[in-house]
Formats: sequence, structure tokens, C-alpha cells
Amino acid sequence: MKKIEAIIKPFKLEEVKDALTEIGIFGMTVTEVRGFGRQKGHKEAYRGTEYTVEFLPKTKIEVVVGDNLATKVVETIIRTAKTGSIGDGKIFVTNLGEVVRIRTGETGDRAL
Amino acid sequence: MTYTLRHKVITYMVLLLSLIAIAMPPVLGTVAMAQAPVEIPPAATAPAPAGAPLAGAPPAAGAPAAAPAPPPKIDSGDTAWVLTSAALVLAMTAPGLALFYGGMVREKNALGTIMQSFIILCLISVQWVLWGYSLSFGPDKGHIIGGLEWLGLNGVAMDQPNADYAATIPHQAFMIFQAMFAVITVALITGAFAERMKFSSFLVFSLLWATFIYDPLAHWVWGVGGWIKNLGALDFAGGTVVHISSGVSALACALVLGKRRGYGKEHMAPHNLPMTVLGASLLWFGWFGFNAGSALGAGALATSAFVVTNTATAAAALAWMVAEWIYRGKPTVLGAASGAVAGLVAITPASGFVGPLSSIAIGAGAGVFCYMAIIVKSRLGYDDSLDAFGVHGIGGTWGALATGLFASKAINSGGADGLFFGNPGQVWVQFVAVVASWALAFFGTLVILKIIDWTMGLRVSDEDEQVGLDLSQHEERAYSKN
Repeated sequence: MKKIEAIIKPFKLEEVKDALTEIGIFGMTVTEVRGFGRQKGHKEAYRGTEYTVEFLPKTKIEVVVGDNLATKVVETIIRTAKTGSIGDGKIFVTNLGEVVRIRTGETGDRAL
Repeated sequence: MTYTLRHKVITYMVLLLSLIAIAMPPVLGTVAMAQAPVEIPPAATAPAPAGAPLAGAPPAAGAPAAAPAPPPKIDSGDTAWVLTSAALVLAMTAPGLALFYGGMVREKNALGTIMQSFIILCLISVQWVLWGYSLSFGPDKGHIIGGLEWLGLNGVAMDQPNADYAATIPHQAFMIFQAMFAVITVALITGAFAERMKFSSFLVFSLLWATFIYDPLAHWVWGVGGWIKNLGALDFAGGTVVHISSGVSALACALVLGKRRGYGKEHMAPHNLPMTVLGASLLWFGWFGFNAGSALGAGALATSAFVVTNTATAAAALAWMVAEWIYRGKPTVLGAASGAVAGLVAITPASGFVGPLSSIAIGAGAGVFCYMAIIVKSRLGYDDSLDAFGVHGIGGTWGALATGLFASKAINSGGADGLFFGNPGQVWVQFVAVVASWALAFFGTLVILKIIDWTMGLRVSDEDEQVGLDLSQHEERAYSKN
């Protein structure tokens, strides 16, 4: 089983979610995060004080899939989250040790 | 911290100088008055009561031009307007100032900041009834303070006017109107020590400040027998009593309490600017009660004050916005809102004495000067968190001096002419009032702060400041995490 974490631009969330649903992903976790990579921040000014805001708002999607679907999920995210400009984000794929469904106690692939 | 001998010597010197500085103005003023005994009748410098003759106002129907003034009689129109104005001024503090300041602090301090304005309304409302009104407006003692004859509003009638102050409204109507001025003055200072003052110390500070700074100053400028009033200084609605006093005291607080932890490094941006604009708008709305209500009657003077209040405020907001646009490259919402407040402050002392075109100049000046003061502050590096000094101290000083420039007896025959209307001496009188207000506010506040610092401490602990006032002082959150 693989955990796929994708950090994307927030306005892309709906598009990515719709595309993932189409290829058979029926659950995900979304968090609002801040971060930066090569994309520069911006300036804000309040009265006499100027702030350089380096952290940019991003959205993190976490999806857990069986090994067979992992590549397709990554491709789908890339296709829908990409804008071509700096700050599109990154995807991290990790191996997962165990998955459990809380309601039933099922484990492994049956819990996905 | 350990107090070395050096600390103690410096502190005693400052205290001694403070006591001398506070005593100087009334002593000088009393000496000056003794040498040039011109007893100016109350009507000349107080806001002209509705019954006083105004340029262009028609005489009372049927009354011959030379008839003696009739005995004071309650006028329902005047009373309605003054009571309404009192409510408007209350709204300036809560929710006006509460939201204006509340939106400008960080989220973790929003509730604590709002609470400060709200609880001052409660605290000073009671203090005013018990002893504040008596000290401010009561029978004069030595030209520096009112007596205690009106403790608990003893002798302050609900069905009789006090002709010295307002001849056509019940005495208690005047009293409750003035109460709201005392309330907002104390609340304004909270902008200086936002995000770091202990709640208990803040309560004690507010009570002492209202009693020992506001009440005497109100007496000096507005009380019958007050030495600044007797000098002929013009302050229609509180440029000195409210804005210079609170603004300069704010400076003292900022210097004594010191900067917020992380100032200059951590981001301390406003957490809710829509809330701030809402607050500024309520301040503008309520200020019509503050200025036009100070006419103490519903008629021509109130109308004039209303008009110049709106005009000056609008001009100031535009001026700040343009100044910022030129200096930094972008017009900001906080700038427009702040400019408006600066204009409201500056027009306050002038509102019953100047015309609309003058008010544009006064407002525009406030917008520019106060914006410049904010820039200078960030260079000087002291932490007057919400610019109470920059807006109220500087704006109030400009307004008080501008009154000496633009006042015209054509607007209010009960006032005086300013420099631009042929009377340069008025600027000097205004200057004396400004200096006296600065001195009392600054040194008096230093004394009060030091006393509290020695006994209770002023600031919250580092950890409490980190966590925020909402949780550390009140165990509450402004915005639920549910």
C-alpha cells in the first residue's frame, strides 16, 4: 500500500478531487498548509510596518491506495494540479505499513 | 529585576520632576490670571448653549432684541439631542473603539483588547457617578479641581438645568453626556499597551488615570473656574481633554511598558481588518454625538459642528490615503480608516468654531501629519502598538493649534477669532493649553505607571504574552476551534 501526499495550489483542489474520484479513489484527507519552495512570497504593509510574507498558502491532499493504483493516482494529480508556473507543488509517495478501518477492524487492502 | 541604586535615584528624580511639572501649569496659570484679572464669563469659552445668540439665528418669536435672558428652561429638542448624543458617544467606545482596536491586534489578543474597551465603559461609568463628575465639573477649588459636593451626583438634578454648563437641558443630561467622554478617553490609551498589559493592573491604571488625570484636566478646560478655560482656550469637544491627554499618556505607557516580545521580528499584522473598518465607521457615526452634541442644543451650532465633523474626517481619510499612495506606492484600507480617525480627532476641538472650508484644511493636515507620525514611529522604534499617540496625540495637538488658526466668531460668537481671522493671540492661548495637557498627561501617567509597576507589575509574563491575552487573562478564545 502506498500513501500519496500531494501539496498543490489551493484553487486546484476541486479539479484534482474530481479527477481522482473518476479513477476510483473514494476517500482522501485534505489539510490547509503553508510553505514555500522556489515560489517567492509577497509584501504586506500595515501602517508604518512592512512584512515580507514568505509562507504561501497551499493545500495538502493525502490518499492511500493499493500498489497497483499508485502510479495512476500520481499521473492524475500531475495532470490536474499543474499550471506550468513555479509553485505548482510536489508529490511524496511512501510505503505504508498498515491500514485499519475503525468501524469494522478490517486491515490491509480490505481497509482501503 | 533587581533595582540598583541607579534605578532608584532616577525614579525618585523623575517622580519629583513629575510632581513639579504637574504643579507648574496651574501655579503659572493662577499667577497669570492674578496679574491680568479678566474674568471671562462661562459662555465665552464653553460650548455656546443653545440659547446664546448665533450669527444668522432668528430671535425668539415676539422677544424684543434687548430683553434680559429668561430663566433657564428645559427644552425637549435640546434634551433629546444631548441624550441621543450621549448614546452615540457610548457607541464610539463599545463597539466602535473595541472593534477598531480589536481588529488590529493578533487573533490571540482579540478578545482581551475588546474587553479592555468594554470594561472601561463599565468602570468609568460608575466612577463618574460616584466622584468623577464632581471632580471634573463640580464647584471650583483653586482653579485646578472640582469639589466633592456632587459626590454620588448629590445636587445634580434630573429635572433642573445647570445654567453654568447647559441652560436648556437637565443637569443629569449634561452629566451623562460628559460621562461618555471620560469613558472613551481612558479607552483610547489601551491602544498603546495592547497585547501585553495585565488585566488587573490595567483596571487599577484606568481608575487612577481617570481620577488623577482626566478629571483635573476636564476641570481645567471645561469646568467653571478652570484655569485653562479662564485663559480663553477653545476646546469645543475635547482636543486637549480627550485626545492629547490619552495620546500623550499612550506614549508614556509605550515607553514604560516596553515593546512587545518579538517586535520587529515576529509578524504582528492585524488579524481582522474588516472588523477594524467596522469599528472606524462606528467611530465616525458616534463622533457626531461627540462634536455636534457638544453644542448642548439642537440647532445651528450643532448643525455646523456636524457638517465640519463629516467634512474634516472625509478630507483626512483622503489625505492619508494619498500620502501613503505616494510614499509607499499603494493606498491601503487601514490607511483610509486611520486617516478618518485622525480627522475626527483633529476636528474635535475646532468643531464648534470653524467653517467647512477650514475643516477641509484641518482634516487634510491631520491625515498627512498623523501618517508622517506613524512613519517616524517605526524609525524611532518605540512600540505604541495601535498608534494611540500617533493619531490622538499628534492629531489632537494639530487640532488644538489649528483651532487657534481657523476659529471664527462668525461661526460661534461665543468663541473667539483665530489667527486667520485677525486674532494671532489665540494661537498662544491654545499653545498654553496644549503644553499643559502634554505635561499633565505625560508626567502624571509616568507616576501612575511607576506606582502600579512597583506594587502589582504592569506586563503579563513572557509566557502569557506568547499564549495571548485571551487565554492567559480570561481563559477564553475569540474564535472557537470547534
